[in-house]
Amino acid sequence: MSGIVFEGVSHDFGAERVVEDVSLDLRERRVGIVGANGSGKSTLARMINGLVAPTAGRVLVDGLDVSREARAVRRRVGFVFTNADNQIVMPTVREDVAFTLRRHRLDRADAATRVDAALARFGLTELADRPAHRLSGGQKQLLALASVLVAEPGIVVADEPTTLLDARNARRIARYFADLDQQLVVVSHQLELLEDFDRVIVMEHGRVVADDVPGVALEAYRTLIS
Amino acid sequence: MIGVFHPGTSVVHRAPALLKLALLAAFVTATALVVSLPWLGAASVVVALLFLVARVPARAALRQIVPILWLLAFAMPVQVLFGGWEAAGVMALRLVIAVALAAVYTLTTPVSATLDAMQTLLRPLRRWIDADRVGLALALAIRCVPLLADLVREVMEARKARGSEGSLLSLAVPVIVRSLRTAEHLGEALTARGFDD
Ligand SMILES: Nc1ncnc2c1ncn2[C@@H]1O[C@H](COP(=O)(O)OP(=O)(O)OP(=O)(O)O)[C@@H](O)[C@H]1O
Ligand SMILES: [Mg+2]
Repeated sequence: MSGIVFEGVSHDFGAERVVEDVSLDLRERRVGIVGANGSGKSTLARMINGLVAPTAGRVLVDGLDVSREARAVRRRVGFVFTNADNQIVMPTVREDVAFTLRRHRLDRADAATRVDAALARFGLTELADRPAHRLSGGQKQLLALASVLVAEPGIVVADEPTTLLDARNARRIARYFADLDQQLVVVSHQLELLEDFDRVIVMEHGRVVADDVPGVALEAYRTLIS
Repeated sequence: MIGVFHPGTSVVHRAPALLKLALLAAFVTATALVVSLPWLGAASVVVALLFLVARVPARAALRQIVPILWLLAFAMPVQVLFGGWEAAGVMALRLVIAVALAAVYTLTTPVSATLDAMQTLLRPLRRWIDADRVGLALALAIRCVPLLADLVREVMEARKARGSEGSLLSLAVPVIVRSLRTAEHLGEALTARGFDD
């Protein structure tokens, strides 16, 4: 039952229809979503962990209905936002990563081990005691990733995680994505980030207009916007 | 309180936050009760020793203490005039000691340790107060200070770039709108991290 399933999902903000009858069965390990500004990508991605509820249809994560079991779903889905600044809660890097585990009620030593491992994995060990809000944009995004992944979610959804980063940091994030064991859904305008993914979905006016391997789907998207 | 924590391994760093808070309260109360200058002088020496033991860089320590010295530079003459030298000295020393002690505490204690200590303190009241929630609210309040400072700076810069300096409205409106948006995003991020009740 593992994977993300959209069943006839629509969404509207007031009068405006933003997502229109989308049905998808996402089981691939790396799924990319592309599309023009305002085409409904973020809205679709947010539905995966219940930040937005569909007005029609339903979304299932590992067989769980997101609108009914949002709490359980959020434990499986980690969400990375575009602007890491809004994701940072605690004053120092280490504390912010540890903050995620507060709800897990692990014992102290266990939690510390996991936090240290997450910091090391994203190259943040040196910065552990630095004020989180004074990191550079790229370091903040790495921190956001560490804070999400320390909870070991089975699925990671990222909405334009590299948009605010320079080319080097964007490549760095791409490398971490490549090494990830989790299922990954990434919304991006940086098409090269999605080139080695397993599947790419193209959105236009709230609908899925292409859904294929990256080579084919990205080509379709390039034609669409040219 | 924000970003002033100075990591280290001294006894002062390693002491539990709860103990440090208790000692801080006791020491400050004691200095408030003592009226003799020599005793307060001795207390100042103890505080200075604490800074040495904690090995906090002088610059970081001074940044915490200098503001109160400015305040005293204005308050002292008035006190001397009305209460005499001795009363003024006692008041000044008390204030400096209290501020310096608070500085030792914040410089050597990570915020999360303070939050934990506070949750421990609130535990007996758990029937009425959700300690986790109070801790989260405090953490967010602390987080909002740099967030708001950045926001105001960005809006000021944008205002300058567009040549609309001067009008208070052109500062207040975008700051308020963006604060609300930031609050919304922060809320979403918390929800996504499982703090959704
Ligand atoms: N909270 C909201 N209230 C009202 N309308 C919204 C809201 N969020 C998004 N919309 C509208 O829904 C549409 C789709 O937005 P969405 O954020 O999903 O687009 P997107 O594909 O992520 O675009 P971008 O590439 O610019 O991030 C847009 O027309 C937007 O104006
Ligand atoms: Mg978007």
